[in-house]
Amino acid sequence: MADVVAEKSKLRPTGLSAAVRDFFLRYGWGYAFVLPSMITFTIFIFIPVIWSFLISFQEYSLSSGGEWVGIDNYIEAFTTQSGVFVRALQNTAYYTVITVTSNIFIALILSSLIQPLNNYAKTFFRAAYYLPAVTSAVIIAMTWRWLYNAQWGLFNYLLSLVNLPPVRWLSDPDVALNSITLSTVLTIPATGVVLFSAAMGSIPREYYEAAEIDGAGPIHKWWNITLPLIKSTTLYLVVLYTIASFEVFEKIIIMVPSGVGNSTQTIVTQIYQTGFQQFRYGVAAAQAFILFVIVAAVAVVQFRLMRSDVEY
Amino acid sequence: MAARTLQTRSVHGAGIPWMRILAWTVLIVTTLISLWPMYWLFVTALTPTQQTIKTPPDLIPVNASLENFVRLFGQARDYWRWFANSLIIGLTVTVFHMFFDTLAGYAFAKKRFPGRNILFWIILSTLMIPAHVTLVPMYIVTRNLGLIDNILAVILPATASVFGIFLMRQYIQTLPSELEDAARIDGCSEPGVFWRIILPLSKPAIGALAIFTFVRHWNDFLWPLIVLQKSANYTLPVGVASLQDEFSTDYGIIFAGAALAALPMIAFFLAFQRYFLEGVRMGAVKG
Repeated sequence: MADVVAEKSKLRPTGLSAAVRDFFLRYGWGYAFVLPSMITFTIFIFIPVIWSFLISFQEYSLSSGGEWVGIDNYIEAFTTQSGVFVRALQNTAYYTVITVTSNIFIALILSSLIQPLNNYAKTFFRAAYYLPAVTSAVIIAMTWRWLYNAQWGLFNYLLSLVNLPPVRWLSDPDVALNSITLSTVLTIPATGVVLFSAAMGSIPREYYEAAEIDGAGPIHKWWNITLPLIKSTTLYLVVLYTIASFEVFEKIIIMVPSGVGNSTQTIVTQIYQTGFQQFRYGVAAAQAFILFVIVAAVAVVQFRLMRSDVEY
Repeated sequence: MAARTLQTRSVHGAGIPWMRILAWTVLIVTTLISLWPMYWLFVTALTPTQQTIKTPPDLIPVNASLENFVRLFGQARDYWRWFANSLIIGLTVTVFHMFFDTLAGYAFAKKRFPGRNILFWIILSTLMIPAHVTLVPMYIVTRNLGLIDNILAVILPATASVFGIFLMRQYIQTLPSELEDAARIDGCSEPGVFWRIILPLSKPAIGALAIFTFVRHWNDFLWPLIVLQKSANYTLPVGVASLQDEFSTDYGIIFAGAALAALPMIAFFLAFQRYFLEGVRMGAVKG
């Protein structure tokens, strides 16, 4: 092989083969370097995404393959089991609106409060907020389930201290989704705090000094300088938290494994149940694409709404 | 700095620094809220089960003992298998990422080849697609490869990541090209340039990438839950979750298992805290 190459280069052949050889000499390494990851992505992302789209229009079984059924799966996704998926969409939207709003708000307040502190204090608080985020969502959810335990949980004990009756946090269908939402609200949005801090730290000091000369107070400066200048970070975090909330799964499946009626179903728990407990792959694929469309649409709307007047 | 000066000034004016007291109160209360579940996890793990089901509960572990852990190792026989599986998956995946992501990130940052930009935008756009979209075909592919109930099913799809490539590209773009050119003039081959110049220079970014990759895969749940079926093949999160079903109200043993699974990541975080927070800032983490 090496001989052939050497001989060819000696002969300097013209035409197509030379062009191909030159092409690979010039660009070959570039392609070679991206090849390993492209193989992984092709097998485990590109092909599955397209295949999944096809399956969402098929009645698919592992033994006999797929059979085209048009948009039946999409219709079935909404109508099956008396419309539990609609309930799941509502639950997910409810969870998302509350947790995204509170996450952004809490992250904004906390990062503003740690901004004037010295570096040691800053590092301490960021670390304290971040620690639960390195722990598996499964373990955090198990701990919350235990805190919410109706009989021996800490929350009902605290309620009893102030003479309130115990709450069936996770078994009362009217309460369970709120309990799960509350557990997310009370989990400090660590990524938000870190990113807001970084954004606030990069605002030029002169802006504040100029405002001080004009007699602006801390709140005035926060509202008129800090908030507008961290807007792109806010946008990024809103999109990030929205996607994460739409895909909530571990929390639900761990805290209420059997579900409380349909009151705690979310989009992803539905996909999991339809696909991997009922083995209706076509419907599960359709539900996953509905999730995709919703997430993409919401992200686009958020970009449109918030990007309009980001300026530096 | 400016904010601090001003705050001190207004504080002097007001006599009692109400704003500062309020700020510190908020910070301390939120710290307690943030750390409380972690604390409660370890308190429960250390409290014998009979002591966990009583009113009032022990707010501090006055009855602390390692009894739960002893029972865990005796009764949950697969626990160390889960630990080993998670470790093998985490380490293998991390090594693959460090190598493949950096390689591709280097090509996208510095190499010129037709289709480079289109390819980059295609893979970047896949970040918009929820992972759940690919679950069904991934399961079918895994099944056809005969890898159901095999930890390879968790490792193979995770040998490279779009996010890692993006991160490494951003970092390698900032490296000066002179060193590479000098190495080439000295007769260094292209793989040699990558191995001797790019890899060593990219250490800080690779470090952040490695930490996040490891943590993410150590904690990964949904995909292992779907493809791993026998208890001996579980990863830690799947195994620990199964403790809930197996020992329903034996909270001591359940939380001994959970606490022990959380401990390595907590230690890891405390040791590499700076890199973690730097990594979050660089955008190395989602969610």
